[in-house]
Amino acid sequence: MNKQELKEYLAKTFPTTTIEENTDFVVMRINKDELLAIASQLKQNKETLFDFLFCQTAVDYQPELEVVYMLRSTTFQHEVELKVTLTERDNANVDSVTSVWKAAEFFECEIFDLFGIKFNGHATLRRLFMPEDWPGFPLRKDYQDENVITR
Amino acid sequence: MELDNTDNGRFPGEIYSDDAGNANFMVTSVDKLANWARSNSLWPLTFGTSCCAIEMMSTASAKYDWSRFGFEVARATPRQADLIIVAGTICNKMAPVLKRLYDQMPEPKYVIAMGACSISGGPFHYNSYSVVRGVDKLIPVDVYIPGCPPRPEALLQGMITLQEKIKKSRAYVIDTKKETGNE
Repeated sequence: MNKQELKEYLAKTFPTTTIEENTDFVVMRINKDELLAIASQLKQNKETLFDFLFCQTAVDYQPELEVVYMLRSTTFQHEVELKVTLTERDNANVDSVTSVWKAAEFFECEIFDLFGIKFNGHATLRRLFMPEDWPGFPLRKDYQDENVITR
Repeated sequence: MELDNTDNGRFPGEIYSDDAGNANFMVTSVDKLANWARSNSLWPLTFGTSCCAIEMMSTASAKYDWSRFGFEVARATPRQADLIIVAGTICNKMAPVLKRLYDQMPEPKYVIAMGACSISGGPFHYNSYSVVRGVDKLIPVDVYIPGCPPRPEALLQGMITLQEKIKKSRAYVIDTKKETGNE
């Protein structure tokens, strides 16, 4: 499917989501609770077959956090971006998609490490780069550290 | 600094020959002889952590060829190296590794801080939670080479500067114990 077809197809198939478009991708804004169901549907659906999670990251929009999933189909070569907004900053959590895409294991560890977002259902969620006992999450915009020289 | 390269590599002393033309004895000092040998056969450690390492590889390969100046062979183990070129960013997690590599090198040993990151943290000096602001916090540095990254010519200039420094030092007396950082 090309971008326009994909956009129309997704809008028709997932009426609860908001479909947008940016320079590169068709963007689907998803509610936190629906994520896992929609993710596995996108992967298994014969029309879309999004079998490759090539990037997963997070953004701090202060106060809300956003998790971004970038998907690609190795069969159809089309791409889509999923975005989930998390409003609970102090207890940010979202369902893990490791059951759908195995690649998410390390992505989610990294996001947990640097943004402090918990992924429910992730088997080995741990800090990846920072020391185990590191206080705070460095990529949050309000991160403070006495060793950081701010300018 | 003006480099005095006119006698670079030449034997530091006088060689006397007899009537038959055979060189029989020479007059020099132990310091000069040892420094001459040391400075012209420095073996660098293969150590690079980021883009400066690309420039360092370029300096080692055919186009710039640091072998011409006596840096003949890069060693992959610190136990066989005289010189460590810190080519790249050192983050807090890398710091103990660098310190350990330095400690494993046999004396006499020399350190070149190549590029902005290893001098001061460079572009990561501000707003960074993970980068060491200068390797001189960890190990004693002999020569600093500015640049981001420095060109191969700059690295060669720095390495020749180190040779000059070695030639002017005392070979067998350690005047002051080299101080290392607390971290």
